[in-house]
Amino acid sequence: MSGFLPYAVAAWLFAAGIYGMATSRDLIHLVVCLTVAQSATYVLLLGVGYLHGAAAPIFADIGPNTRVVDPVVQALTLTDVVVEAVVVSLLLALAMQAHKRFGTLDPDDLRAMSS
Amino acid sequence: MSRRARLWLLAPALAGFLGLLVWGMTGLPGSGDHQGAVAATIARTAVPERHATNVVTTVTLDYRGFDTLGEEMILFSAALGLVVLLREQRGERKEEVDDDRAAGRKAPGTSEGLRIFSLALVGPTVLLGLYIVAHGALTPGGGFQGGVILATSLLLVYLSGKYLALRELTPIPALEAGEALGAVAFALIGLGGLIASGVYLHNFIPLGTPKTILSGGTIPFLYLAIGLEVAGAFMLTFLEFLDQTLLVRSRSGG
Repeated sequence: MSGFLPYAVAAWLFAAGIYGMATSRDLIHLVVCLTVAQSATYVLLLGVGYLHGAAAPIFADIGPNTRVVDPVVQALTLTDVVVEAVVVSLLLALAMQAHKRFGTLDPDDLRAMSS
Repeated sequence: MSRRARLWLLAPALAGFLGLLVWGMTGLPGSGDHQGAVAATIARTAVPERHATNVVTTVTLDYRGFDTLGEEMILFSAALGLVVLLREQRGERKEEVDDDRAAGRKAPGTSEGLRIFSLALVGPTVLLGLYIVAHGALTPGGGFQGGVILATSLLLVYLSGKYLALRELTPIPALEAGEALGAVAFALIGLGGLIASGVYLHNFIPLGTPKTILSGGTIPFLYLAIGLEVAGAFMLTFLEFLDQTLLVRSRSGG
């Protein structure tokens, strides 16, 4: 059953992040919740690629026939991290401009002002 | 919509989604018990084919190198978008502001300990960043990771309390040019493969001896281009955010 623990953690992280986003009272907090939800994909990808007793896929100091964990999902995780950094920086910039214009970071107050 | 109504809407959706997710995940082989066919094949063929000992790097820059070109362009356009979003708006001016706005009280200066420590760390951080960029084909690391480390050297200078002096010294056009150059260099190295063998991003220079710094053919050069691009993009991002916090004020004050 321990083989499903990474998947359970990924599902939990995703749900916790979504819940945080839906109930957020602060745009910065909302962006952090998004990163929590997105980190679920890292856990899921690395969990899928993990192999018991295998080494990291770096053949600098291990023999060429050593069992290694999946390098493909690790490369996907790298892409995932870069995209997350980009999304977060753009969202934080938008939050900053929203705060400048409306003087608040509460999403509910933002809606009240635009209507 | 009220907060309560939003929660009532969210609860069934989230529960349904989690149900589907758990159902789908029980169909997966347990983590750690199963090796995919692609993973097994790549782990065996990557080093003989590309002479780079870091297989994650080989996947990123060779097997799915075209994908990484797209990823690099995402980063490039995001940095561009951030500069546009945070540009000086109408009715704003740039000026130096005291952190502490209470009347008659001056903001406490940076402590000597923090100033010396962060300045002393700048050199080693730049060195570590360059090392990580240069060794991406051999050991964990590469252009993305090393580029971010290089960009953090800017934050260390900010911590040392010399941001305004730094702001005047920072060659922003050079940062922008470096970022663009990195993005273009990646695309051009890819074109080299197209000219030499008809396949975009195909290796066209000697592969070198495995476990040496120039092993992997085009991989070290691709990572150099990415390192330049990432460092430039993140430094621009940091500068824009620091400008917003420290310099930009609305013209009506406050």
